[in-house]
Amino acid sequence: MSSTATTEGTAQLATFWLDGDLYGVEVEHVQEVLRAQKLTRVPLAPPAVAGLINLRGQVVTAIELRERLGRPARAEGAEAVVIVVRMHGEAVSFLVDGIADVVHVDAVDFEQPPDTLDGRGRELIRGAYKLDGRLLLALDVARVVAA
Amino acid sequence: MDGLDDIVEDFLVESHENLDQLDRDLVALEQEPNSRERLSSIFRTIHTIKGTSGFLAFGKLEQVAHVGENMLSRLRDGALQLTPHRTDALLTMVDTVRELLGSIETTGGEGSVDVSRAVELISAALEDGPAAPEAEVQAAVETAAEAQVVEAAVEVVEEELAAIEETVPAPVAVPVPAPAAPVVPAPVAAAPAKPAAAGEEEHAPRRAVADSTIRVDVDLLDALMQLVGELVLTRNQIVQYVSRQADTDLVRAGQRLNLIASELQEGVMKTRMQPIDHIWSKLPRVVRDLGQQCGKSVRLAMEGNETELDKTLLEAVKDPLTHLVRNSVDHGIEKPEARRAAGKASEGVLSLRARHESGQVVVEVVDDGAGIDPVRIGESAVRKGLVTPDQLARMATTDILQLIFAPGFSTAAAVTNVSGRGVGMDVVKTNIEAIGGTIEIESEPGRGTCTRLRIPLTLAIVPALTIECAGDRYAIPQVSLQELVSLDAEKAASAVETVGGAQVYRLRGELLPLVQLADVFGTSSERHDGHVVIAVLRSEGRRFGLVVDRVINTEEIVVKAVGAQLKSIGLYSGATVLGDGTVALILDVQALARRALRAETVERAEQRTAASAAAATASAGAERTRMLLAAIGGGRRVAIPLDTVTRLEQVKTATVERVGSREVVQYRGAILPIVRLDQHLGAASAYGYGEESTKDTLEVIVYADHDRSVAIVVEEILDIVDDTEVRHSDIDDMGLLGSAVFGDKVTELLDVRAAILAADPGFYAFETSFDTSAAADSDDLMAV
Repeated sequence: MSSTATTEGTAQLATFWLDGDLYGVEVEHVQEVLRAQKLTRVPLAPPAVAGLINLRGQVVTAIELRERLGRPARAEGAEAVVIVVRMHGEAVSFLVDGIADVVHVDAVDFEQPPDTLDGRGRELIRGAYKLDGRLLLALDVARVVAA
Repeated sequence: MDGLDDIVEDFLVESHENLDQLDRDLVALEQEPNSRERLSSIFRTIHTIKGTSGFLAFGKLEQVAHVGENMLSRLRDGALQLTPHRTDALLTMVDTVRELLGSIETTGGEGSVDVSRAVELISAALEDGPAAPEAEVQAAVETAAEAQVVEAAVEVVEEELAAIEETVPAPVAVPVPAPAAPVVPAPVAAAPAKPAAAGEEEHAPRRAVADSTIRVDVDLLDALMQLVGELVLTRNQIVQYVSRQADTDLVRAGQRLNLIASELQEGVMKTRMQPIDHIWSKLPRVVRDLGQQCGKSVRLAMEGNETELDKTLLEAVKDPLTHLVRNSVDHGIEKPEARRAAGKASEGVLSLRARHESGQVVVEVVDDGAGIDPVRIGESAVRKGLVTPDQLARMATTDILQLIFAPGFSTAAAVTNVSGRGVGMDVVKTNIEAIGGTIEIESEPGRGTCTRLRIPLTLAIVPALTIECAGDRYAIPQVSLQELVSLDAEKAASAVETVGGAQVYRLRGELLPLVQLADVFGTSSERHDGHVVIAVLRSEGRRFGLVVDRVINTEEIVVKAVGAQLKSIGLYSGATVLGDGTVALILDVQALARRALRAETVERAEQRTAASAAAATASAGAERTRMLLAAIGGGRRVAIPLDTVTRLEQVKTATVERVGSREVVQYRGAILPIVRLDQHLGAASAYGYGEESTKDTLEVIVYADHDRSVAIVVEEILDIVDDTEVRHSDIDDMGLLGSAVFGDKVTELLDVRAAILAADPGFYAFETSFDTSAAADSDDLMAV
């Protein structure tokens, strides 16, 4: 069980649920978390672009993480939670199933993405942290955001 | 030491402004070499630079300014005459000074800039004039300079202090550029005097300007602009909400807020406005230098220097505009000999015109040069593979001219080092479009060329039309909008025609291609009542109609950038937040036109040429085709395969002329033979010879192939149908391929080829496989 750490020591991840799995984003990237927002759809946009939201006068792109990670669509009527992240000074938001705690993780527990992850999702995951009783998948925010 | 850095910065800013003034003065000086006022102004500027650079220990700068000043003082005193040679020397000095300032700005020091050339040039220019007691002057100036070094230093510090004191309150205003004048008004006389002593009247207006303005960081203005944008949005929301309330106090307060916010918005926008003269002021020098280099004599005329636009936009327009001006001098205006031979004044005129027009700034670069030959442009475009000869043949002259904006296009026969490296006009166009502007070109061979830029007043807030399509709202910048057309179901059914699978609308006699926004988006329209709402848009000199579900409003929208994921779609120029807080996408009209029109027109043109030969000989009912139904009189209807139709037109009966036994009409500069279907098919016509004068226009179906066209006259265009599930029969007659039932009525299928040959027996002559003897005798063929 050799751990190839990409992060030194401990880190804080804001975690959220998506299709039954627990994912995490470095807290430094997270600007805020919002309840479901009114979306303006964008014709001809890539399928992962769910639309645009009005964040206090700022227009922010919303990415449907289920689509981006190649997971089935959210059940009809289930409201998504919006996580606003900031990358290179630009705000982008992710639609996820539900928000969970901020978790301290240790580089010792870090491993490469499990082989069971399929191709599309795998590229967007930095790796997994082994928590008590479950895996926390660390999202590669830069790659998720890249068009 | 921070204080010193600030002084250097102020010195740089001021010197740059002064140098622009200097350029203007020097070029003007050539026109009136004896103007003492100009000479004094130039002298003062150089003198100030010299003084300050000495104080700040920029040795090279001081050295260059010193020799320049030396020459200027003698020019001013009349000891030397100004020759083009000396003007060049002075301009070289200005360039060197600018280079040094640039180096100081970026590296903080003078760097390795070579000043010896400028010094030598000026010294040489000094020498060949009438001998003057050089040493004496030199000495005098030297002493004066020494004295002033101290003086200048004191003044700079004073100014600095004053600036600090002023920063706090004061109305925000961008410093007026032109004569803004150094606050250190370099004394003219050798004896350094306090500004007040230097003549109150002469300097009074300038100082007034300098005193009433302060320098403001552009970033701060940007931030203010952003905030005002937000305020305007919030205002819109509140106003909307308040309008539904009964409380009169609240309503009154709302109205006041509305008013104040508008005024504030206007005020803040003004702070960012600068007269276009700001970028024009550099052009006289460009034109002069370039004219000399090319051996051309060019006069630069400017109109509307005071036209203001946003600073950011001004910066963005600078390079494209300079490029256009260089182009005009280099390629547009002819050499004096050529001009005289053409009967024009040997001096070419290059005009720059700026004006406000419907919320935009229009900038025109007009020359009275040789103009652009569309034939040459066309040939060149074909040679470079930008268009096919066939496409070219179908293009209007104005469209051909716009080809020079295509990437990789350059008409310069010889690549000069001035312009014409083939990266020119497309870059200009890209830059202008990047700021939401448009560019178009008009030219008349032998008379000159006019390039017209349309630039929005400001980037941050643009007037826009909000529309709805498939349940979502979108904004269309007013820049591209020409008019709105609304057709009720009944009107739409007859006015919107389909030609070759594409919808068109006849707007005051001109065919307007229609683009369904819902189709572009791949969604379906939510308008089912048959009404058609058309936004007539202009892009790159072409017009098209965008069909939307409904028009909502015109409003000022604040443009927000969209993320990278959306930029790559290339259909939206940004997004905005509407009054009710909803996000709406802003349509990029240029991109939309490119996407919808080029794809369609090119594809369709190709399909048409390919299909026409086949369709003309195709037997009835062989395959599924779309048919144009037309009445030909006597209750008879014919169906014509749509593939063979190029255009639908209306022709005035009065314009029909006769050539031998044939009827023709002049159409787009060519002679268009006419065949009347009623006569061709022997119908008992309601508009036969006896009565033809009762109809003053003829409905005409134009069929074109290569460079030949014919017109088929029908009584009325009825409909367009799919030739599927119709009952065919082989009951036919001369000129027909058979008949079929469309919509419960028997309709005859026209033998298009025969009809065409009836009008123009030579139409298919270029087809080698075709028997020419048969072509000459169209009657035989019709019987086939």
